[in-house]
Amino acid sequence: METATSAPSTTTLAAPAEWIRIHPLVVRITHWINAFAILIMVTSGWRIYNAAPIWDFRIPADLTLGGWLGGALNWHFAAMWLLTINGLVYLAYGIASGHFRRKLLPVTPRAVVQDVLEALRGRLAHADLSVYNAAQRAAYLGIILALVVLVFSGLAIWKPVQWQELTAIFGGYEGARVVHFAAMAVTVLIVLVHVVMVALVPRTLPTMITGRARNPLWGKS
Amino acid sequence: MKKFLADKSGLRDHAAPAIARIERRLFLRKGLSLGALAMLSGCDVTNDETVDKVLSAMSRWNDSVQAKIFDPNKLAIEYPESAITTPFPFNAYYGEDEIRLVEAESYKLELSGLIRERKPWTLPELYALPQASQVTRHICVEGWSAIGKWSGTPFRTFLERVGADTTAKYVGFKCADDYYTSIDMATALHPQTLLTFRFADQILPPQYGFPMKLRVPTKLGFKNPKHIMAMYVTNTYPGGYWEDQGYNWFSGS
Ligand code: HEM
Repeated sequence: METATSAPSTTTLAAPAEWIRIHPLVVRITHWINAFAILIMVTSGWRIYNAAPIWDFRIPADLTLGGWLGGALNWHFAAMWLLTINGLVYLAYGIASGHFRRKLLPVTPRAVVQDVLEALRGRLAHADLSVYNAAQRAAYLGIILALVVLVFSGLAIWKPVQWQELTAIFGGYEGARVVHFAAMAVTVLIVLVHVVMVALVPRTLPTMITGRARNPLWGKS
Repeated sequence: MKKFLADKSGLRDHAAPAIARIERRLFLRKGLSLGALAMLSGCDVTNDETVDKVLSAMSRWNDSVQAKIFDPNKLAIEYPESAITTPFPFNAYYGEDEIRLVEAESYKLELSGLIRERKPWTLPELYALPQASQVTRHICVEGWSAIGKWSGTPFRTFLERVGADTTAKYVGFKCADDYYTSIDMATALHPQTLLTFRFADQILPPQYGFPMKLRVPTKLGFKNPKHIMAMYVTNTYPGGYWEDQGYNWFSGS
């Protein structure tokens, strides 16, 4: 469960601990499984795309996984289970525990623009690791939404007869292919920004692994 | 089955998958040595035998999941003739210059396995069967799709007429171009699975599989064999030309 997500009000009662818990275990495990699954899905997906490109370009073969179309398809259809089941665990936890409400909401366009501008100026508001700034909230919500679209458009391409009602939502088989590619592109873009931000604020990384961060109040009481 | 394995094309078919498997392993190793999965190097996952086993096990699992998803009453969308793709793409494991020509006069469809009446069928006899047409989307495993019109006899009607054991698991096909594949019985009995003799209202031209192509709109294109010379009903997993190289067997749409 999550603790110490808001400023401690008990400092007068007890000395603040040296470490505070930031990321719950479920979030950390599903995050890293997801990162692994996304890596496989994206790189094998690029290989599949290359077999019949929608547009006038191919993905460089060296960036792809699977070696040949059949291999890439097997990777893709194996990792889709990991991605989907792991994603469902994360979503169920996020909703049921109040994690999303606490950490990803509220998020207003105004706050997002403001925080993105701050970030571009090199003044990223992420001193307190237990609170995501608005730019982060927007990015995380965006990536979650992109992944939901990715999974559903993928199912629409996989089962355009059995689940034709779903496929129809994306404009039919060919439409679903375009949506699937677009959702991949958005996902990759946000992930790239995400990883750059982690590189810029590297102390967030061990926190996402151990779940703990040094308490800025420790030793100040 | 024995009969098919004994002939020359059968032997060739059996050598091909072994070579393909070796190539596939090399490919997997190459794939894994690449930057994309560099983070995995050092762990056991890069052991290509293990990866191969896990991926095939997952593919078998996906076969069974797809068999459960398959609804025998769910129909593929049928399109108006105005939606037909022209020219309809040619596709095979060889180029257009190698299209096999099957002689109409001497053609005989051979039946074997769990079928009661195994007498061979001539083309005039096949053409005399009840006819049906469909305009459906052909979806290739590569990702592209095209709409075409096929006409022929519902495969269920044919299977019932020859007394096929429709409780068996598989129907296998052997083709004039040494291609071979197989489908599950539930799909074979689907109302839109047609044994076709015509494409776009013309006798099937050679590039689309003269004299006979199985049209299965609930499966990917490579599960729609062309130039069918023989078919058999069996409970032994028959595989297929692409399937034996690692493509998913069920490949349902
Ligand atoms: C190697 C690549 C990745 C690294 C190093 C990484 C690192 C991190 C870190 C350090 C955080 C915590 C941020 C903070 O405390 O301020 C985080 C959170 C998050 N990351 Fe990643 N990440 C990676 C890949 C991904 C991918 C591929 C996705 C999704 C496709 C993703 C989605 C998220 C989400 C949704 C959160 C918020 C989790 C929550 O609190 O519910 N990450 N990541």
